[in-house]
Amino acid sequence: MKKTIAGGAGSAAGFEVALPHPRTSQPAPALTRFLENEGLLAAVLLAPTVLLLSLFIAYPFVMGVWLSLSSTSVGNPGEFVGLRNFVKAWNDSIFRTAFGNTFFYTFWATVFKLVLGMWLALLLNRHFRGKRLVRASMLLPFIVPTVLSTFAWRWMFDPTFSVLNWLLYQGGLITTKLPFLSDGTYGLWCAIVVNTWRGMPFFAITLLAGLQTISPDLHEAASLDGANGWHRFWHVTWPLLKPVTLVVVVFSVIQTFSDFQLIYVLTGGGPANATHLLATYAYQIGVATGLLGEGAAISLFMLPVLFVVVWVQLRYLRRLEGA
Amino acid sequence: MDANGMNRRQFLRVSGATAAAATAGIEGILEARRAPAWAQGTKLHWVRWVDFIPESDVELKRQMGEASKALGAEVVLETINANDLQPRITAAIQSNSGADIFIMQYNWCHLYQSALADVTDIATEVAKAEGGFYEIYPPSAQVNGRWLAVPHSVVGNAVAYRRSWLKEAGATQYPKTWDEARKLFAVMKQKGKPYGQTLGHTFGDAPVFTYTMLWAFGGAETDKSGKRVVLNGKGAVDSVKFMQAFWRECCDEGGLAWDDTNNNRAFHAGEIGATLNGASIYIVAKRKKDAIKDEKGEPMWQDIDHAPLPAGPAGAFLLFLNHSHAIMKYSKNQKLAKDFLRWLHKKENFEKWFQTQEGYSVGATKAWENNPMWGKLDEPLKMFRTAARNTRLFGYAGPSTAKATEAFTKYIITDMYAKAVQGMSAEDAVKWAEGELKKIYEG
Repeated sequence: MKKTIAGGAGSAAGFEVALPHPRTSQPAPALTRFLENEGLLAAVLLAPTVLLLSLFIAYPFVMGVWLSLSSTSVGNPGEFVGLRNFVKAWNDSIFRTAFGNTFFYTFWATVFKLVLGMWLALLLNRHFRGKRLVRASMLLPFIVPTVLSTFAWRWMFDPTFSVLNWLLYQGGLITTKLPFLSDGTYGLWCAIVVNTWRGMPFFAITLLAGLQTISPDLHEAASLDGANGWHRFWHVTWPLLKPVTLVVVVFSVIQTFSDFQLIYVLTGGGPANATHLLATYAYQIGVATGLLGEGAAISLFMLPVLFVVVWVQLRYLRRLEGA
Repeated sequence: MDANGMNRRQFLRVSGATAAAATAGIEGILEARRAPAWAQGTKLHWVRWVDFIPESDVELKRQMGEASKALGAEVVLETINANDLQPRITAAIQSNSGADIFIMQYNWCHLYQSALADVTDIATEVAKAEGGFYEIYPPSAQVNGRWLAVPHSVVGNAVAYRRSWLKEAGATQYPKTWDEARKLFAVMKQKGKPYGQTLGHTFGDAPVFTYTMLWAFGGAETDKSGKRVVLNGKGAVDSVKFMQAFWRECCDEGGLAWDDTNNNRAFHAGEIGATLNGASIYIVAKRKKDAIKDEKGEPMWQDIDHAPLPAGPAGAFLLFLNHSHAIMKYSKNQKLAKDFLRWLHKKENFEKWFQTQEGYSVGATKAWENNPMWGKLDEPLKMFRTAARNTRLFGYAGPSTAKATEAFTKYIITDMYAKAVQGMSAEDAVKWAEGELKKIYEG
């Protein structure tokens, strides 16, 4: 049997298969050659991303590192001063307060967001009337711009006109105003409350998504084996939810540790610098006072801490996935 | 008329106006009766604070139309929160772009000196026309003998108080010394009418109070050279000890979290009996007399009066917020910006703005003390007429340099008092502030 197909011929296992004529007489066009070169094509396709990352992430980062090692101040390029700005920051009592505050604020805000977010997610995972409406409205604190919602909170904590003080006073719970923002300790806890209020929906929604991937069969099986609610949560839900939880916690720690807007609007770092975080103090020194080198050094103190936190958590996550 | 909409005669007239402006500045423009021909779309961007007298911003924005017409280019005024001015200026200088003219407060010219254009010519013209600036201006806006900003106005401060409440507490006049004030306001606080004072990170009311409190007890940041910190002495410690007692016995303790607007609101709401402020409390209360009333339902402004800060053992001293305008070096509209500042300081233009202030701000020269407006003002406002005389700047007893601005911008003196009223001992608070000042002045 012989089959011939116009355009050329070849044979395999007794068949003669017609193939297109190779156009050996003409060289392949430059574009074709270019597209066939995988390495080159990959470079071209990656170039826009690399350019964007270089422009918006690498350049500011390198610039920040350079600034932190220089005596640059507003309008003056400055000169290389090595680690002097870091040493100066470390010897600064306000910096150390801000450093401690940042850990305190991040730790407690994350704990509250996790616990309350989990609780909310478990509630929302049940069936009840108006479930969709409740789920959507729960996101409101997360959707409203931080500056706007923090202004509202600031009014609620206002030293003179606080509605919370008024309610507590009218309810007979206090006899004098609580110093919400005029006392450093109160101020920091107020900031933690606002951060928790704002960040809890993110935890709740993400954990809810995780909860919905857990098969109800597992819970039914556990129930049949006599497990109560707590046991079902601890031995079924939590182990399966752990990877999602860790991802949410990593994101939250990064965002909370470098928080700026909330403190800037709520307390401005006061009273007497008692509620500064690293980001707000870096802004105060670098941008408001114009000591750009010192401001950059203060903000760079965040980098190793965040790096270690993220590295430890991601490593743990990988171990979980491996198991 | 040619195809471009301009015939030869018109072209000559416009180019004549431009040449006149180039050689004779704003006078040339006005004589030529035609705006110079700036490139189409030329825009002059001016940034000022949001004024505590809203009508003044309305007047300035109205004037921008007139300025645009007179100068032949669009002049745009942007008003921003005063606390955001420094970040905005820093960002503009570092990026070499932004507004052409910025308002400067206090002695900021020293801090931003490398980025500000020399405006000695305009400042000299204004000073010559109006008989010289107040003494506070050369150390504020002149660096190495060159004016880096054109002095504009000074916000006078005084204690606004409720006349009837002081009378109820047994006072026939406002206390002359801090000791008398402490006795009076202790009584008033017990009656639920405390003294209101911010010790927050504010640009106006807090430093105006704390620096003058330090000076009233004989304290100073540095010696006369400005290179040696002398804060840790009897004067500062005594002033901090006094403040601790005054705070506890007399003040609304929420003031630690106040900004420059809280005391205005608290006063108008009848929450405090007195507070250090500009004239805005009185002016706004009068302009909103139907809304701001006292506990008897009467317009509150009728019960408001002003008094100077009391004296301490070393005397009474003043620190007032002074304003000037600087042209940024990066601006591509140097000449236009200068022409605008000349236009702004022409008597007929400045006066319209000045009169909307009703004494909240006074001019940069004594000439404005003689303005007929003062004769028409209510008695409580007349004390602001000479407010800008004999004031000090921070950095005292040394010169007011960029280092003094840095100490001010870091709120060190204010925080010294804030820490002390929150429980730190007076000695430790002064020691802390001394350490911070040494890093700046001696570091």
